[in-house]
Amino acid sequence: MELKAETTVQRHSEAETGADLFIRALVDEGVEMIFGYPGGAVLPIYDAIYKASINHVLTRHEQGAVHAAEGYARVSGKPGVVLATSGPGATNLVTGIADAMMDSIPLVVFTGQVATHVIGTDAFQETDVMGITTPITKYNYQVRRVEELPRVVKEAFYIARTGRPGPVVIDIPKDISSESAVVKEKREMILPGYTPVAAPNVLYLQKLTEEIRNSKKPVILVGAGVIHAGASQALLSFVEKRNIPVVSTLLGLGAFPGAHPLFFGMAGMHGTYAANMALYDCDLLINIGARFDDRLTGNLSYFAKKAVIAHIDIDPAEIGKNVPTHIPIVADAREALEKLNEMDPPIQQAETWLKQLEGYRNEFPLWYRSGKNALAPERVVELVYEQTRGEAVVTTDVGQHQMWAAQYFTFNQPRRWVTSGGLGTMGYGLPAAIGAQLAAPDETVIAIIGDGGFQMTLQELSVLQELRLPVKIIIINNQALGMVRQWQEAFYGSRYAHSLIPVQPDFVKLAESYDIQAFRVENEAELRHVLKTTLPNKEPVLIDCRVDGRENVYPMVAPGKGLHEMTGVKP
Amino acid sequence: MKRIITVVVQNRSGVLNRVTGLFSKRQWNIESLSVGPAEKPGCSKMTIVVEIDDDIHLDPFIKQLNKQIDCLSVSDLTDQAIVARELVLIKVLCHPQILGEIRAIVEPFRASIIDVSATSVTIEVTGDADKNDAIIEMLKPYGIKELARTGITALPRGRQRSVTEIKPRSVI
Repeated sequence: MELKAETTVQRHSEAETGADLFIRALVDEGVEMIFGYPGGAVLPIYDAIYKASINHVLTRHEQGAVHAAEGYARVSGKPGVVLATSGPGATNLVTGIADAMMDSIPLVVFTGQVATHVIGTDAFQETDVMGITTPITKYNYQVRRVEELPRVVKEAFYIARTGRPGPVVIDIPKDISSESAVVKEKREMILPGYTPVAAPNVLYLQKLTEEIRNSKKPVILVGAGVIHAGASQALLSFVEKRNIPVVSTLLGLGAFPGAHPLFFGMAGMHGTYAANMALYDCDLLINIGARFDDRLTGNLSYFAKKAVIAHIDIDPAEIGKNVPTHIPIVADAREALEKLNEMDPPIQQAETWLKQLEGYRNEFPLWYRSGKNALAPERVVELVYEQTRGEAVVTTDVGQHQMWAAQYFTFNQPRRWVTSGGLGTMGYGLPAAIGAQLAAPDETVIAIIGDGGFQMTLQELSVLQELRLPVKIIIINNQALGMVRQWQEAFYGSRYAHSLIPVQPDFVKLAESYDIQAFRVENEAELRHVLKTTLPNKEPVLIDCRVDGRENVYPMVAPGKGLHEMTGVKP
Repeated sequence: MKRIITVVVQNRSGVLNRVTGLFSKRQWNIESLSVGPAEKPGCSKMTIVVEIDDDIHLDPFIKQLNKQIDCLSVSDLTDQAIVARELVLIKVLCHPQILGEIRAIVEPFRASIIDVSATSVTIEVTGDADKNDAIIEMLKPYGIKELARTGITALPRGRQRSVTEIKPRSVI
C-alpha cells in the first residue's frame, strides 16, 4: 500500500521548468502561434519553444511582432500572443501595447526580465517593464514564483479576452523560466475584483424601446464593440425590424453591411455628410459599442444636442465619459441586442427622416478631383475594391490613405478592417497584414499604406519573404506625410515643415531585394493591369502607386467645429 | 473641492502604482494617502484626499478607478456622513522649564507627550484635520522641529443622511 502511494506522489512530482510550464499554459489556452523576437532573458523560453515546436513567427523588430499580433487578433477574434526579451525588447513593444489598449485588442504579451536577484541593480538589459506598461495595459504581472506561472497565464488570457478586451503583460524573470518546480497549486484564478458584466438591465432596454417608439429621428452609431461582441447578426435584425438608419465609427466599419440601404457611412472628422448630419440632427442616438471619441464627435457642444442618448457599452467607465447619457446600458452588445430583438419592434415613424438622410446622401456624396494625368489616391482604393469585389481584409497605417481606405472601401463583413484607430500608429499596416494573413490564410489581405508609414516598419518585408505570405502591399505614395501636409496647408499657412519627403528609396528595387514582386504605377490603366495580374497570385506583391500629392481628404470637420460645420462637402 | 476617496484593493505589488497613475495622468495632486490592511485578509484600504476642481471629470474617474482589476470597491465619501481621523506626531523645541506650558496646550486637545528629551518633546495627537491644524498653530511659536502626519483615514458613519440630502450622481 505504502509503495503504491509513493509512486502516485512521484508521478505528480515531476519537476518542470518555468519555460515548460509556459509552453503548457499556452497549449492549454489553445494558442496557435506566437509573434516574437528572442534575446538573452528569454533564452530558456526559446529553448522550450525549440523543443516543443510551437508555431513561432519571427518578425524583424519587436514592434512588428506586437502589431502582427494585433492584426491576428482583429481578424481571428482570439488573443494575439507576443514574446520579447527584457530591456529594449520590451520597450520596443510599448507602441503596440498602447495601440491595443486604445483599440481594445486582446493581447497577451510576454516579456523576459533579468533574474529576480538582480532586479533593481540596473543589470544588463533591465528595465522596469511593470512601471512602463502599467498605464497602457488592462493588467500586468511579474511572475515571482515558478508555481504561480500557470495561474498567471490563465488569468491573463481571461482578462485579455473578456469584458472590454485589452492587452495584458506578463514579465518573466530569467531565473523563473529556467528554474524547475513541482507545481501542486491549483490553477484556479484569483480575480475577486474583476467581474465583467454581460447581461443588460431590462428596465433600461424597455426605456430604450419606449424612446424608439417616440422617436421621429432615430439613428444608431455602431462601434468596434459590436465586432468584439460578435453582434453583427443581432444588429442587422435589430435594424431591419425597426428601419433605423445606421452610421459607424472608423473602427466599427464592417459591423454593419456597408452596402446596406440603411447605412449612411462613417461619421466623424472625415465621415460622410449624411452620417454627420444624422448625428447632429437626430432626436434619439443609440450608441452601440462606440466610445464617443473626439475625432467622431467634433465639438461636443454641438453634438446630438436635440437627442436622447442611449449608450450600450460593456465598459461602465465609457458611459457618460464624454457625452451625458440618458439611457445607460452596461452590457455585451450581443446580449443587449438579442434581448431587444425579443421585444416587440415599435411602430415605424421615421419615413420622413430616412428621406431627409437619403437626400443628403444623394446631394453630398464623397467626391474627389480625378486628375487627367495624375493618379488619384481615392481611385486607387476604388480600384482595389472593384478588383477584389470587396472580398479582402484591408490593413492600413494612419493618415490620408487610412481615411481614403475607410471612405472608398465598402466593408460588408466584420473582422475585415484592420486599422490603428485610437493611437493612430504609423507603421501599423504592414506587420498587421502579416498577422491578418496568418489568421486567415485563404483571404486576400491588402495592406494599404502610406510611403511614410511603410518606411517605419518595412523590415517586416522579410517575414513576407520568408513565409511567402501573399500580402498585397499598396503604397499610396505622395512623397509626403499627407495628413500632416494637409493640416499645414489648411491651418499653418502652407508652411510644410518636414512633411514633404521627396527623397525615398526605390520601393520596387527594395521589394525585389526581399524577393518580392514589385511594380510602380503612375496611372489608372497601369494599376488596373497590375492588380488584375497579381491579385490572384498566392505570392507577396508590392505596388508603389505614385499618386497626386496635392490631394486632400474631404469632407472635413475642422478641429473645434461641430459635425454640422463640414467643409469640402462638394467639389 | 477637496474630496475623500477610499479604495479597497487586492494587496498586490503594483496596485498602488495603478491607482495613483490615474490621478497623476490628470495632474491631480494627492494631498494625503493612507494605506493599511482592510477587514478582509489580503485586501488593503487606501484613503485618498485630493483637491479636484472639476466635478464633471469625477464620475468617469471613479468608474475608471473601479474598473481596475485589483480594485474591489471605490467610494467617494465626500458627501457622506463620515468619521475621519489623522494621527500627527509633532516634535517641539522645549526646555524643561516650559514643559508645563506645553502640557497646558496639549491637554485640551487630548493629545499626549510620548517622548521627552533635554531640548524637545514629541507630541502625539489624533483627530480630524481641523483639530490637528489647530494644535499645530498653537505649538508653532515654540518652534516645531519636525512634523509627521499620516493623512486622514475615514469610514462612513453607521447612519447616513437621507438620499435626498446627497448630491445626485450618475446612476451607474
